[in-house]
Amino acid sequence: MPYLCGEETVKELRRCLSNPHVQADPLRYRNTILRVIRAMSQGVDVSGLFSEMVKACATVDIVQKKLVYLFLCSYAALNPELSLLVINTLRKDCQDTNPMVRSLALRNMTNLRLPSLVEYVEQPLTAGLKDRAASVRRVAVLGWAKLHNLQPTSEIGVVSLPVFPWYSLIVSVHIYSSSTNASFMVHPDATVVNELYNLLRDPDPVVMVNCLRALEEILKEEGGVAINKPITHHLLNRLKECDIWGQCEVLRILQRYQPQSEDELFDILSLLDSSLVSPHPPVMAATLSLFLSLCSGLPAVSLAALERVCGPLLAACGSGSREMRFTALCHIQLLLRSVPGLMGAHYKRFFCGYAEPAYIKQRKMQVLVELVNDENVIMLLDELKGYCTDVNTDTAQAAISAIGRIGRSYSDKCFVILTGLLGLKQDHITSAVVQTMRDLVWVCPQCSDTVCSALEGCEETLQDVQGRQALLWLLGVYGERISSAPYTLEVFIDGVRSEASLGVKMELLTAAMRLFLCRPAEMQDMLGRLLHYFIEEETDMCVQDQALLYYRLLRCGTEETRKVLQGRRSDPSLGVLIGRPAEPVSQWACSFNTLEPLTVSAVETEPSSRGSPEHTKPKTDLSETLNYSQNENLYSDSPGRCSESSTNVLASSFVAPLSLSLSPAVSPEEFERLWLQQQTLHTEQGAEKKEETDDSVWVKESIQCSTIPHCSPQSLQAAMQLVNIQTLAFTPPNTLPWRVYLYTHTQHMSSAEMSYNNSLILGELLYTGGSGGEPSTAEGEDGHVTKELEGTAEMGGWGNGKKEQVKVTLKQQPRDDESLRGFLSILTTVLHTLSSERG
Amino acid sequence: MMISQIFILSSKGDHLIYKDFRGESSSDVVTTFYQKITALTGDQPPVVMSHKDLHFIHVRHGGLYWVATTTGDSSPFTIIDFLNRLSSLVRDFCGGLSEKSVQMNFALIYELLDEVLDYGYIQTTSSDVLKNFIQTEAVSSKPFSLFDLSNIGLFGAETQQSKVAPSSAATRPIQTSREQGGKQEIFVDVVERLTVVIGSNGVVMKADVEGEVRVKCYMPSCSEIRIGLNEELSIGKSQLRGYGSSVRVDECSFHQSVKLDEFDNHRILRLCPSQGEQTVMQYRLSDELPSAPPFRLFPTVERDGGGRLLMYLKLRCDLPPKSCAINVCTSVSVPKGSLSLSQELSSPDQSSELNQQSRAITWRIPRFSGGTQLSALFKVEVPGLGPSSMMEVGPVCLTFELPKFTSTGLQVRFLRLTPLQPGPSQRWVRYTTHSDSYTIRI
Repeated sequence: MPYLCGEETVKELRRCLSNPHVQADPLRYRNTILRVIRAMSQGVDVSGLFSEMVKACATVDIVQKKLVYLFLCSYAALNPELSLLVINTLRKDCQDTNPMVRSLALRNMTNLRLPSLVEYVEQPLTAGLKDRAASVRRVAVLGWAKLHNLQPTSEIGVVSLPVFPWYSLIVSVHIYSSSTNASFMVHPDATVVNELYNLLRDPDPVVMVNCLRALEEILKEEGGVAINKPITHHLLNRLKECDIWGQCEVLRILQRYQPQSEDELFDILSLLDSSLVSPHPPVMAATLSLFLSLCSGLPAVSLAALERVCGPLLAACGSGSREMRFTALCHIQLLLRSVPGLMGAHYKRFFCGYAEPAYIKQRKMQVLVELVNDENVIMLLDELKGYCTDVNTDTAQAAISAIGRIGRSYSDKCFVILTGLLGLKQDHITSAVVQTMRDLVWVCPQCSDTVCSALEGCEETLQDVQGRQALLWLLGVYGERISSAPYTLEVFIDGVRSEASLGVKMELLTAAMRLFLCRPAEMQDMLGRLLHYFIEEETDMCVQDQALLYYRLLRCGTEETRKVLQGRRSDPSLGVLIGRPAEPVSQWACSFNTLEPLTVSAVETEPSSRGSPEHTKPKTDLSETLNYSQNENLYSDSPGRCSESSTNVLASSFVAPLSLSLSPAVSPEEFERLWLQQQTLHTEQGAEKKEETDDSVWVKESIQCSTIPHCSPQSLQAAMQLVNIQTLAFTPPNTLPWRVYLYTHTQHMSSAEMSYNNSLILGELLYTGGSGGEPSTAEGEDGHVTKELEGTAEMGGWGNGKKEQVKVTLKQQPRDDESLRGFLSILTTVLHTLSSERG
Repeated sequence: MMISQIFILSSKGDHLIYKDFRGESSSDVVTTFYQKITALTGDQPPVVMSHKDLHFIHVRHGGLYWVATTTGDSSPFTIIDFLNRLSSLVRDFCGGLSEKSVQMNFALIYELLDEVLDYGYIQTTSSDVLKNFIQTEAVSSKPFSLFDLSNIGLFGAETQQSKVAPSSAATRPIQTSREQGGKQEIFVDVVERLTVVIGSNGVVMKADVEGEVRVKCYMPSCSEIRIGLNEELSIGKSQLRGYGSSVRVDECSFHQSVKLDEFDNHRILRLCPSQGEQTVMQYRLSDELPSAPPFRLFPTVERDGGGRLLMYLKLRCDLPPKSCAINVCTSVSVPKGSLSLSQELSSPDQSSELNQQSRAITWRIPRFSGGTQLSALFKVEVPGLGPSSMMEVGPVCLTFELPKFTSTGLQVRFLRLTPLQPGPSQRWVRYTTHSDSYTIRI
């Protein structure tokens, strides 16, 4: 808040400053100057006092000097001509015997930021680089950076000058100085740069670091200071002499260096190891950044560094400064993107403190969600449950949605808590719970029964738009299982005239339509009223258009309407994903130790919980079926060894075109039922023949691929979807045993009968770790095809010593050997392509 | 990676200090910053805020905003650490951290900023170096008096102890001249922060201690000090030293100036302290406290027929009988819509009130001796109290200070100055534990 009575103050201060009595008394003079500075920092415009202050500059009192310089530097740009008067005093001070006076003069000379003064400053700066006192050299080095940055704007400075008696003089000075600048840029600049490079060997570490900083600025166009091997090792050796700020600067600049050999790289890394676990968070963060950029080609080393840095990061999370805590938390979230379970053992460190601000609590909850596992889930949910009744509504809602995220893996436990919370009958809690349930049911359709029974009576407490939208969506989609759904909708429809929110109206319309399709008798009248109102009286074009569309759709018949409206109830692609897939470190390494992690507000993979899930998760269905022969083309350009190995495996399968397709979709429950029912039979009866009964076969196979279990589920899923194999569930990467469940439909033209044979294939990929496959147990009973292909013979050429096998168990229904073989070869090709990409 | 401007604002938005290092943007940013910070809603993280391509990073100390503006690729760790360091430098040089002390010492702070940062690059933050450059003398908001012996502990809390350094002793500028009462003093403080979560069944679910050994030095010519810690101190899970009750911490780290050659065998820290305050050692202990957590709660919560909530809280202090807790503040969350409170407390110096805004009852106990037990009965009027409303009762959170007590048991055996100081010098060792977050579920 600037002073309002600024003008009066300035007048009074001017009177004081020009009073000879005041000037004669050093103490009063200094106090008056103090008042000027105070007014200045309070935001009063005291630039009018410039000429008086220039006079005050000529003094031996060093405190007064400092104050006046502060003033002059703030207003010099407004009074360039008067500033010329100061330069003499400053130049004289540069010759002073006291190094403090010298450095002060030099610093302020360069801080005036006046292009017109450049020529007067160069000489003292050159002398300053060779000064005996380190403090003067420090200032001189940075002075050159300031000077350099003044140059490009010198022209503009001339143009913007006001008309003034000295104008011509200044212009001539300018032309002179800019012409010297031009030559300066070519010739003397090079000597300065050389001099600065030489000063990297200065005994004072701050001078050294300042040289790096100055060179960075002067050589900005050329990409900053050049870092070669001798400079790197010089800097590394002197790292310990610097204070933490200097260390951070050096570490940051070293990121540009590319070690010439692996040995050199590891030498550097071992030198830096102690900095990596430094108790000072800035040093730790800068070192980790350097590690990550040096080891960008060595993911294993990067991961080891991440683990090493856990301790200091956790310590920063418990720091006394809440800002530091927040920063550390945001960076831990980055780390967790690559190593999901990294701090699982320390999950209690992320429990929220009672008095912590909401923004820290929310980050902590986001971290907690990532750390959930079988052992801690009970403790963790118990803790989160406590936050749900927090006084701060944002915190409470964040806690509820965190429980929802955990619910994707541990739905039963979470639903108990969520349904319990509905009993509180508080609008913000109910709204968050209903939204969470909607998001959860989209991912885990098996929870729909629990959700349906919990929804009864919610509408009374719901107040906000998002909550009501979520409720309406659920009523529309699961209306046939909620007995009171039509009555709830009736309340909404009766109140539609007073409804203000567009989103609620749209959602209400769709919900009413959907419910009409499954419960026409109860809905018909209501829907008619709603459509009538929306078409005749509604003023919003969107709603009106939508209503008209539905009206016309209904005239086409209910079957047509059903086709349009009965969309997906869940997103099968999400499946029962456990945890988040691990991203490669390189995804975020460049934003580590920058402001970015602090400004990004939420976890990116979290689907937005506003609006209906269908709208927020647009899933582009690729072509539903992809021809097998196309796949061959697709992979023909992959490394030779893969196509080679795949052709070996499927030598016999080129008989007939085979196509895979994803429809009809198999829900996770259905998959589970089919899979388990068969498996129990299978395991109980051993090798006896029984598959004939429902015409299905089981096949076991081993595929040689070393890196698949370390592959991110997302890339695996994407690759599988490309060939129309749907993955249903994963274990997180790098866990043992690692499993993937998948299915597809095969369609294969039988060469003999010229008809299509369709079959469903369910599969499991299993990797138990270690090398070596099981001893081949060929159980070749009729109808029960069990193969153990030791793929080593074909693939001996490529594996670099690793003999890791992924066991494939497939179930086909009905049996179709040809298509099964075809499928296997596609699967093998995909897996090999993936592992070769990673390798 | 540089700081463009530094400014300090009071909580009301008054400009106290403003310094531009690079001349890249105008001083309007101060107003912009204040508008942004006041427009924030509760859940927005205010630490970093952006305006066009300028980023504001701020920390809060002493009720003031300490703000740096910078470019996007700066290290948040560095800038936040720097702002924290800057505020502690200001505290060391001005003797305190408040709007008043910053206002009175603005010339000194400008001097400090001038030396600490040049062209936005951090030059040095060492008080030993800086004191040579700082010429302005600090103006203490409260002149320090030798006879100011009010019995106030480290954190402004009353203690009945006879030999306790006056609180103002450690809040004075480091560069006070002798005539102004500058004494040759050194303070070693062991400060611990306690985080505890106790489940509704009384089981300790989490217990963490974060501790620091701080040295605050007012000796211009102190060459070296030796701080002896408990000899049986063990670090890490595996290591065990001595017999009987050992003092254990999980991990610890030291200031880079600490020499550790005698630490392994004798647990002695050697260092040459710079003037002002510095943290020489930080340590942490998780989950295994050597003694029971200081407070246990035995709650009985029920609804009576008339829609009232009855809470009978029995709070037991499990500290050793000689110790005591001070400024204990117990806060109990109550259901939304609680209207009025009637209470029965066991002594007149306690007090309690219902805060409807934060939906909590606070029960204040000025002094709570170890081994004793206090109880309180609260009757809360809650319209529409239902069975599920009981979910909203609790947790109970305690804030307190435990003077002369460390929950890890860490002690300073001795504090020696070498060479022996000429003239009178005073050495103070102080212990305190305070609550970071102490939560008991109901």
